[in-house]
Amino acid sequence: MVRVVSRRLIQLFVTLIALMTLVFFWLRSLPGGPVDALLGERATPQTRELLTRALGYDQPIWVQYGRFLKNVVTGDFGNSIRTGEPVTDVISRSFPATIELAVAAIIIAVGLGIPLGYLAARYRGRLLDNATIIVTLIGISIPIFFLGYLLKDWLTQGIHFFPPSGRISTGMDNTDVTGFFVLDGLLTREFDASADALWHLVLPAVTLATIPLAIIVRITRASVLDVLDEDYIRTADAKGLRNATIRKRHVLRNALLPVVTTIGLQTGALLAGAVLTEKVYNWGGLGTLITDSISGGRDYPVLQALILLAAVVFIVVNLLVDLSYAIIDPRVRVQ
Amino acid sequence: MTIGAAGCAKSDRGGDDGGKAGGGTFIFAAAGDPKNFDPIFNDDGESFRPIRQMYDTLITHKPGTADLTGGLAESWSNDPTGKIWTFKLRQGVKFHDGTALDATAVCANFDRWYNMKGEAAQSQMIYYTDVFGGFAGSPDAVYDNCKAQDASTAVVAMKKYKGAFPGAFALTAFSIASPAAMKQYGSDTVTQSGDSFSYSAFANEHPTGTGAFTFGGWNKATGEITLNKNPDYWGDKAKVDKMIIKIIKDENTRKQELRAGTVQAIDFPAPADRKALASEGYKVLERPAFNILYLGINQKNNPKLKDLRVRQAIAYALNRAQLVQTKGPGGSAVADEFLPNTVLGYAPDVQKYEYNVDKAKQLLADAGATGLTLNFYYPTEVSRPYMPNPQEIFTVLANDLQAVGIKVNGVPRPWNGGFKDDVQQFGKQDLHILGWTGDYNDPGNFVGTFFGRGKIEFGDQAMTEMFTAIGKADATVDQAAKKAAFEQVNRDLASKWLPAVPIWHAPPALVTTKNVEGLVPSPLTAEEFNTVSLTK
Repeated sequence: MVRVVSRRLIQLFVTLIALMTLVFFWLRSLPGGPVDALLGERATPQTRELLTRALGYDQPIWVQYGRFLKNVVTGDFGNSIRTGEPVTDVISRSFPATIELAVAAIIIAVGLGIPLGYLAARYRGRLLDNATIIVTLIGISIPIFFLGYLLKDWLTQGIHFFPPSGRISTGMDNTDVTGFFVLDGLLTREFDASADALWHLVLPAVTLATIPLAIIVRITRASVLDVLDEDYIRTADAKGLRNATIRKRHVLRNALLPVVTTIGLQTGALLAGAVLTEKVYNWGGLGTLITDSISGGRDYPVLQALILLAAVVFIVVNLLVDLSYAIIDPRVRVQ
Repeated sequence: MTIGAAGCAKSDRGGDDGGKAGGGTFIFAAAGDPKNFDPIFNDDGESFRPIRQMYDTLITHKPGTADLTGGLAESWSNDPTGKIWTFKLRQGVKFHDGTALDATAVCANFDRWYNMKGEAAQSQMIYYTDVFGGFAGSPDAVYDNCKAQDASTAVVAMKKYKGAFPGAFALTAFSIASPAAMKQYGSDTVTQSGDSFSYSAFANEHPTGTGAFTFGGWNKATGEITLNKNPDYWGDKAKVDKMIIKIIKDENTRKQELRAGTVQAIDFPAPADRKALASEGYKVLERPAFNILYLGINQKNNPKLKDLRVRQAIAYALNRAQLVQTKGPGGSAVADEFLPNTVLGYAPDVQKYEYNVDKAKQLLADAGATGLTLNFYYPTEVSRPYMPNPQEIFTVLANDLQAVGIKVNGVPRPWNGGFKDDVQQFGKQDLHILGWTGDYNDPGNFVGTFFGRGKIEFGDQAMTEMFTAIGKADATVDQAAKKAAFEQVNRDLASKWLPAVPIWHAPPALVTTKNVEGLVPSPLTAEEFNTVSLTK
């Protein structure tokens, strides 16, 4: 186990260095840049030159690259070009927003997906199964931003049931402890803030959860069906085990393996989906940060750090998924 | 962000519920983040909005206009050379930190700007560089010195006359800040880290001016800037107790928040939404137009464009009246000149180019330019107040040009991803659309910005006659003579030079709920919110 983890960590390191190099040159090869974005219509040759020099963009690209690598290794990601704050501050402020959203979406997707998938398989060919298949097909094929706007239009405009955007009501004056607003409200006993944040979370989380939910339902269903056909289930049945025991110990446990893999892979999709969901709901997390940093002026330092972070999250989650196999399936442990 | 141990996290909510009693809380949805709150280091409207509520300038604008009136200075005068400016300051004005606004404090601000050290800091002073030419030691510097004649008289001496004054004294970037607070919070330390800058505690946490609101905080996690009523304000005290500027970048979401009743006012509604909102009972406030959209002509790549007749043909080919009607935001008007008619030097009698297909074809034939093919660059991924929908504008203009036999090769480029580079630095285009929102009431700020010197955008770096005429007009001290000189410049721009075709002036709007009173839209998007009140 230790060997597996350490080998994966070395892989992680090499991947990240390669990725950082790619991102550095890729970003700088895009047309336009921070200087133009910052100056807008007001750019004159004079101000442009002053700013280019001040930002260090007049130096050869390999000098810039060397400085960048040195800074990254020492843990210094620089400051945001747009806001002037340290990149670590900018990201640690947006990170909880996205995690809060993603966790809520995962809870919905897994909490509904696995039972639904299981039931669909168990009542194969019946109404519940057919309905599930159709609904999940819609869930997979509907674009997130479209669903987001649709839900928003129905539930915040036609009837003012949910708030249209943001993480908390304006002027709530909530105390920021961890950056997770729902949790913060509980910690500081500002229960109104907690409830308000939870209320704001509903539509975005549902929007973001649809695709993973649909996928989890379908994988669970297919996987349970596979297992139900296995000889060992028949054997278990034949030797007179109770149905509940068969379902729990033999069917679910064996069927979960591909489902867990899927959940891991969905993390990447979830991050991508968060960009769109956050845009629709003015959420203010990493997704918002990515769009702002690209369209609002090629904020190189923030973008570089964000891509690095996304890669780390993705790799770590998949590492955790691999490790969880060992828990679910004892055979993997032996290997 | 601090991580508190679970369970012992304390609520740090303010005990006062200022928002609930008295004037209430006014929530305004803005379209973008501010950068920081040190006026001199900013150059965009989203930063200027909160800054303007917290600070004052020596000279300001009469509400709803671009006309000058006394701000911190009750009156001002200029000597015959145009170089010495004397400001008579209002008495008894105090900064938010309790220190007095007097002539010494005013001079400390001028000296601070002029003596700013470090390229990092200097590179962020866009308006200062533009208006004051440069810093201590630079041969282009306009500023000389500032003396406190007595407590309420500040005398600012310039090295040379500059047409931008007095209008430029009203720029929000030149707001007067508390010298004591600036010293305490190290306002001048702009530090560089990697390839970016960070600003001082003064700029981020302790902005201190004389304005109608004091700084309450900027919650970046929720995108809220809180401003509190300044009970000691020298002018009309704010009618609301608290104002929150909520940042919502998506125009559709701003509209939805307004409809949901969670905000009371929104900036920059989508032009297409204005009618619907008005019919639902919201107040749509159009700002008087102080901007210009133009079709730029680059004379460098295609020699035919050097021929005035070809440029005139382009002007005649465009059905601008119809464009205004179909694509212009409410209140837009066809532009015949490159500045709005409220600015000094606007000439009522310039040559106008009414839509005329035959004339355009004739001119092209005369110039031997039939079958012309032009590369027309237009920006994507952007919406500017003067250009809410570049792609649609391009489509209409391109169709007009095709109708007179000009072949148009449309080249879309993302605003921050090549458009500005290609157009302003490399000059790849033959035609392009671009515009400008005025900063202050001076013809130099419009005409001078575009045509006062050689710009790659317009291709011909040697339009010396035009540069000289504008330079001369800008340097004229006597206001009547300056007016005449700029009127002539505008006539010549239309009939002799035609380096671009003015398209429209398009006023950006604000929308508020029914219960918001007293918000006066400003042509400079420089609204003051102390007059705003909320009725039941």
